[in-house]
This record gives sequence, C-alpha cells and structure tokens, in this order.
Amino acid sequence: MTVPQALELTVAAVVMSVGVWTIAARQTFAAVVGFVGYGLLLALVWMRIGAPDVALTEAAIGSGLTGAMLLGAAARLRASEVPMAAERPGRIVRLLAAALSATVAAALAAAIVFLPDPAPTLALAASDNAAATGLSNPVTNVLMAFRAMDTLLEKVVLLLGLVGVWSLAPNNIWGGRPGPLHHADPHGVLAFLARLLPPLGIVVGISLLWISSDYPGGAFQGGTILAAMWLLVMIAGLADAPPVSRQWLRALLWAGPAVFLAVGVGGLALGEAFLAYPVAYAKPLILAIEFAMTLTIAVTLGLLVAGPPEREPGK
Amino acid sequence: MSTSIVFGLCAAMAAGLGLYGVIAHPQPLRKILAFNLLGSGVFLFFGVVARRGAAAGFGGDPVPQALVITGMVVAFCATALAISLLLRLFQTTGIATLRADALASRGTDPTDP
Repeated sequence: MTVPQALELTVAAVVMSVGVWTIAARQTFAAVVGFVGYGLLLALVWMRIGAPDVALTEAAIGSGLTGAMLLGAAARLRASEVPMAAERPGRIVRLLAAALSATVAAALAAAIVFLPDPAPTLALAASDNAAATGLSNPVTNVLMAFRAMDTLLEKVVLLLGLVGVWSLAPNNIWGGRPGPLHHADPHGVLAFLARLLPPLGIVVGISLLWISSDYPGGAFQGGTILAAMWLLVMIAGLADAPPVSRQWLRALLWAGPAVFLAVGVGGLALGEAFLAYPVAYAKPLILAIEFAMTLTIAVTLGLLVAGPPEREPGK
Repeated sequence: MSTSIVFGLCAAMAAGLGLYGVIAHPQPLRKILAFNLLGSGVFLFFGVVARRGAAAGFGGDPVPQALVITGMVVAFCATALAISLLLRLFQTTGIATLRADALASRGTDPTDP
C-alpha cells in the first residue's frame, strides 16, 4: 500500500467515525458539532476526488452555514430535549430501520463497485466548448453557461425558500426584524473577531468570485463567505438585522435573478435562444450576472439563517 | 482499493447512516441533521461518479460537479425552511414533537387557528 492510499483510508475512516457520532451522540448539541467537523473533513474528500469547487461549497454551505443554523436551533430547543427521549422508537422499529439502512447502503456500495467501465463523461464536451465563453474553470462554465437554466431556477428556489421562512412570522410582526436580538460582551472574543474578520472575509469572498472564471471559486462560495461575515457581525451584536420590509433589502434579493433573467431574455431578443450569450460578450455578461448573484446570494443566505421576523421593525 | 471505491463506500455508508437517523431519532432536529447526512452521502456518490469520468485534463466530469453545487445550495435552503418550521412549532406549542397525540394531550392543536 502506498502512502496516498494509506492517507485515503485514514481520511475515509475518520470521516465515517464522525458520521457515526452525529447519529449516535446522545445530545443534539454534540451531534451538531460532530456534523460541522464531518462537513470539513468531507471537504478534504472532495479535494481528493478532483472537485475543489465542490470542496469549497461543502466547507462553506454544507458545514459552515448549515452547522451555524443547526447550532442556533439546538440551543433554542434544548428545553424540549428531555421529554423527547421518551418517544424513542422501540427496539423492533430500530432493528428494522437498521436493516433497511444497511440494505440501502449495500445496494449503493454494489452500484459503485459495478459501475460501467469506461465511465460516461461530458468532460470532453465541456472542454471542447470552453472557447465559447472564454472561461477556463469548467465548473463555472457549466453553472453559468451550459446549464445556466439550472442555476437560474436554483436562485428562484432560494427566493421561494426565504418567502417560506418569512411567512412563518406571527401576524403582528410581519415585516419586522428577523431572529432574536443578540447581545455579546462588547470587549469579548466574539465582538473582537466580528471586528477583525469581516474585512478579511469580504476580500476573500470577492476574490473567490473574481478568480472563479479560471480557478476554483464562484458566486455561491463567495456569497456564502460574505453572508457568514454579515451573520458574525449580527451575532456579536455590533449591527442589528434590518427589518425585512426595507426596500433596499428587497431590491438586493431580486437583483441577482433579475439580471440573470434580463440577460436570458436578451439572448432570446437577439434571435438565438433563452440564456444564449452572444459569443463576443459572453465573459462580461457572465461576470455581470455573477456579481449581481453574489450580492443576492449573500443577503438571501444570511436572511435564511437569521430566520423569520420575530421583532417589530422599531424594536 | 482505488480512490473511487474507497470514497464510494464512504458515500454508501453515509447515506445508510443518514437514513437510519431519519427513521430512528424522535427529535425533529436530529431528523433534519440525519437528512443532511443522507444528502451528503448522495452528493459524494455523485462526486465519485464524476471522478470516474475525469477526462480532458479535468479532475472530474464538471457537469455532475456543478449539479452537486446546485444541490448543496438547495439542500441548505430546504434545511433552513425545515428549521424555521420546527422553531415556529416549538414557539406556538412549547414542544417540538411530530406526534399528534403528544400535542393533543397538551391541549394545543397547531392545526386549530
């Protein structure tokens, strides 16, 4: 066995042990902490299988933002944890669940072992058509050009998700400020980090967007880091969340999909097809969409984590 | 064992673990967490398939990789909505359970306006 192989097996064993911990841990809080670690380790696996763009997304969204949201919920639901222990399903149900899960896992494992060889791939097609956009990162090409429709619709899903979250606000505080008001020691570590990290985070977030035409990165990853910086400032109590009825906030939320749609309809008007970029302007158009999207993604993700309005606009 | 087999088996195990958690855990928050574990297994499975399609100098087939990125963002969005629903349930009833009888015994029926 070579050294890389041994390292792969070690990473796989550690990832799976942490994965077992997130299911087996008694306390929800401990399980969520395990999940954050699991996501970060999984990012290593993504790097190893040649997907640095996905590794960034997994670390930022899958582990970071989802973890932050789960931690917040676990803290607020702590009081309900003790009575829930009595609702644990019986031994037979758990055994059946284990048998079913083992069967599904075995079927997936068999599918991986017996995949056809050589594997079908679209990598050649993506490489052959890269000249049409002028971008050399194949994943950005797929996201922004070859499968741009998926990305546009995903933005709409994010917006609909936020509408769903907001609609859970009680009647009298519709349009108010999301989440509880956070207080932190103004001289504590959290407030210190919330002053120190955002300048760095904003630079990293924007550079992830800027380099994404040629290197791993993109609007999602950059936007997620910007959202994380915003949330850090809110959690440290340095700036309150804005009331969700603010016009500028609404404008930021639809700016990304609106630019995307406008470019898409423009492609239709120029006689080609919906979302067809004129070859001469493909790269500037894609960058324009990505810039608008990054802002929208940052605001949408931040507000999704902040939750439904809980306080009146003035309070 | 090749890289894709090792991490493919990881993906299968994560999906199985997540499915077990979704069924066996009574707390809704643990179910949401387990569902994310299940999702990460499915994404990794797709990533391994992408890895096997590596060609043209790319580390993997970029099309499945891009789809996984889209999938992760949508999974995050669904998780955010699920957590908000759960917190609202807890806010209005004082208990975070999915069992209708437990809610009825507390005299708080969330379907009753």
